[in-house]
Amino acid sequence: MTTELHYTIIDETCEYSLRELCNVCKVHAQFIQDLIDEGILSPQGQSPREWRFAAVEIKRIQLTIRLQQDLRINLPGTALALDLLDEIEQLKRSKLHLEQLYSLNKQS
Amino acid sequence: MEFKDYYTTLGIKRDATQDEVKRGYRKLARKYHPDINKDDSAEERFKEIGEAYEVLQDVEKRAAYDKFGKDWKAGQDFNPPPDWDDGFEFNGGGYTENDASQFSDFFESLFGAQGGGPRQQDPFGGQHTRYAGKGQDLHAKIVIHLEDSYSGSKQSFTLQRPAVNESGHVITRPHTLQVSIPKGITGGQQIRLAGQGAEGMSGGGNGDLFLEVAFAAHSHFVPDNRDIMLTLPIAPWEAALGAAIPVPTLGGTVELKIPPNSQTGKKLRLKGRGLCSTKINGDQYVTLAIMTPKAVTDKDTEFYNRMKKEMSFNPRSHLGV
Repeated sequence: MTTELHYTIIDETCEYSLRELCNVCKVHAQFIQDLIDEGILSPQGQSPREWRFAAVEIKRIQLTIRLQQDLRINLPGTALALDLLDEIEQLKRSKLHLEQLYSLNKQS
Repeated sequence: MEFKDYYTTLGIKRDATQDEVKRGYRKLARKYHPDINKDDSAEERFKEIGEAYEVLQDVEKRAAYDKFGKDWKAGQDFNPPPDWDDGFEFNGGGYTENDASQFSDFFESLFGAQGGGPRQQDPFGGQHTRYAGKGQDLHAKIVIHLEDSYSGSKQSFTLQRPAVNESGHVITRPHTLQVSIPKGITGGQQIRLAGQGAEGMSGGGNGDLFLEVAFAAHSHFVPDNRDIMLTLPIAPWEAALGAAIPVPTLGGTVELKIPPNSQTGKKLRLKGRGLCSTKINGDQYVTLAIMTPKAVTDKDTEFYNRMKKEMSFNPRSHLGV
């Protein structure tokens, strides 16, 4: 079966309210509040009503849920894991870049 | 069907205690979790580990598995004897941790597919309750080329989607989706397809499908979010005298001006030559790498000797030598 579908691109231009975010991630507002308290999410705005979440943060929520579920990591541990994963990603890119430079020297 | 050695999968001995089974599983689960290990084979490995643990952590299932397990080697052709599970009763028949539709045929031939299905229980003990009856969200990775993002494209992907068949068993069905890849999508970004996740139960709506974009490795471009990195080899005279040289970009060759006296590692920006969406632009960053021609002929050697004599150059002056 092949279907063409309606879809949303979750990029840096979309923002969600607390309600929309809970809907998309299928979690309760309290869970989002816990993630904010842990520093995993950082919305713009003062009160829950005004909060605006960058849509790319959805991935952090999904990762948190999966890490908690699969590896039984608690919230502070998940926050640490997310930061370290970001850092690893950054380091891998730099490494790839340096490797390119190095492989050029080997060719010559 | 191939026999699977669950003990080898978990890296433990046949006489391992239940505690050792648990430790072996946790250690490997952390190592091969697909969110942590970005290796292509990690997801497959994680599933195997989950399946092995599902059997070995349950004393009854483990005993049943052990009954014939010792005579078989991993990869060997295998059919379970018809009465192999006599005297064993699998309490509940559920899969405590894992999604049964992900398990191998080998597992299914032994323990059946009863009672599995996308997990609906709340993993957070009430911290956040899942919506009743609503189907599970599904996540999949799609691998595309940088060029697909640069100019946008339309592609078909086939995903394995869990479903419940007529007899109530959880199976996976191939599901082909035609997806428009929008111009300027970046690695790690997600495409959300509402209602394309797992089917809901008793009237609950379907879950959503999240496709996460990953780029296939490119021979010379490295993406960094919206920007594209390229290491550009140049000749010493191009670096010293400055030059206008052709540079490949995802959109074709462009001319880049190299300022005089550039060094290896210098970064130059080609504005708007990265992954640009309708709203945000990316750039291409070119890092210069000066390549030294080899002294092959007598003439080359003579030329280098002249440089050595006539140019006062000490690349190690900052080291004090």
